[in-house]
Amino acid sequence: MQIIDARGLSCPEPVILTRQAMASGAASYQVIVDNNTSKENVTRYAHHQGYEVTISEQDEEYTLLISK
Amino acid sequence: MMKNERTTIITAGVVVGLIASLLVYFGNPANMGYCIACFLRDTAGGLGLHSAKAVQYIRPEIIGLVIGACGAAFAHGEFSPKGGSSPLTRFTLGFFAMIGCLMFLGCPFRMLLRLAGGDLNALAGLAGFAGGIYAGIYFLNRGYTLKRTYKMTPAEGGILPAIAVALLVLLVAAPAFIHFTKAGGGPGAKHAALFVSLAAGLAVGALAQRTRFCMIAGIRDFILFRETKMLWGFVALTVAALLCNLTLTAVTSGSFFKLGFAGQPIAHTDGLWNALGLFLAGFACVLLGGCPMRQLILAGEGNSDSAIAILGLVAGAAFAHNFGLASSGAGPTANGQIAVIIGIAVVTLIAYLNTYKK
Repeated sequence: MQIIDARGLSCPEPVILTRQAMASGAASYQVIVDNNTSKENVTRYAHHQGYEVTISEQDEEYTLLISK
Repeated sequence: MMKNERTTIITAGVVVGLIASLLVYFGNPANMGYCIACFLRDTAGGLGLHSAKAVQYIRPEIIGLVIGACGAAFAHGEFSPKGGSSPLTRFTLGFFAMIGCLMFLGCPFRMLLRLAGGDLNALAGLAGFAGGIYAGIYFLNRGYTLKRTYKMTPAEGGILPAIAVALLVLLVAAPAFIHFTKAGGGPGAKHAALFVSLAAGLAVGALAQRTRFCMIAGIRDFILFRETKMLWGFVALTVAALLCNLTLTAVTSGSFFKLGFAGQPIAHTDGLWNALGLFLAGFACVLLGGCPMRQLILAGEGNSDSAIAILGLVAGAAFAHNFGLASSGAGPTANGQIAVIIGIAVVTLIAYLNTYKK
């Protein structure tokens, strides 16, 4: 699993990092963000690319598990 | 895209467009229901940071946007003080974004409202704006970043909302050291009643906080990800303001729509410099991560990086009028043209120096 630490970054950077990671063709990704807007935008992008997203929250940080 | 998300953003766009059009009916300058650049400039003038007597008024819309966003953020657990991501770079980008806006005579929000008022000069602005966004995306795709933000204290995040409250006190108390454009003395004298402007600001601030409305994100995310969510809001806002302007022109004695290039209110016809002005603003705002309105909303959420960008915008406005950089209805000034060229050079350098996979 590829891990993308996008904490502290504002949009569109987390989505760009996710897109670049997806180019590697791994089966699943873990994206960590720390604001709602990034969580929503990465989730929307992953859905558009045909991935499933599971979100868990801890201490104002969101971990997005993205897989086909 | 999820259907309900699209409905929400279109509804928000329609409401914001209607409010913007109605603000002109209630007294704001023509095609200027909202203009974040102009309103920050007027506010800077009200505080005496520049002495252009035609554009001095503490705009309640600005106060309302920040406080409305702050309230909505608190209500939804999204007040989140953050900062520390290249503050002086953000100040500089805000500064030059304002220089670009005052060359065009409007922020990206007013660009849409000028289109909705039939001002076709805004098409040149739109072309330049899209070009500026392209330029920003070129660097984003190659690793441009201003590095991460960190959590800040609620006291730090609360300073800009507190400044907004202080501005409201100054506006209501109107002490002698606050400057107000005299009646008939220019755009600064044209404004809706204080409570109307404030209510409009609060409503749009809360709505923009909930929907993440941003004039940059519409075009940027479409180019980057073929994401159309925000573009729908962008179009809905323009169409709603256009229809409201046409209706107001039909049913009132005023004129809220005039199609053409010449003689448009608070605008000039120099297409090249309209385009270059918003090229600079679009480029700088992509590097900031959002349009001037979005910076106000994020500052309301406690983001001190955005607060710094706003201070940069205000400083840019003060310099623009102190140094004769802002355009007028007669057209751009030579000083303004030099400042825009310097701005494009500085913003390009900032983009290059903060891009890590060159």
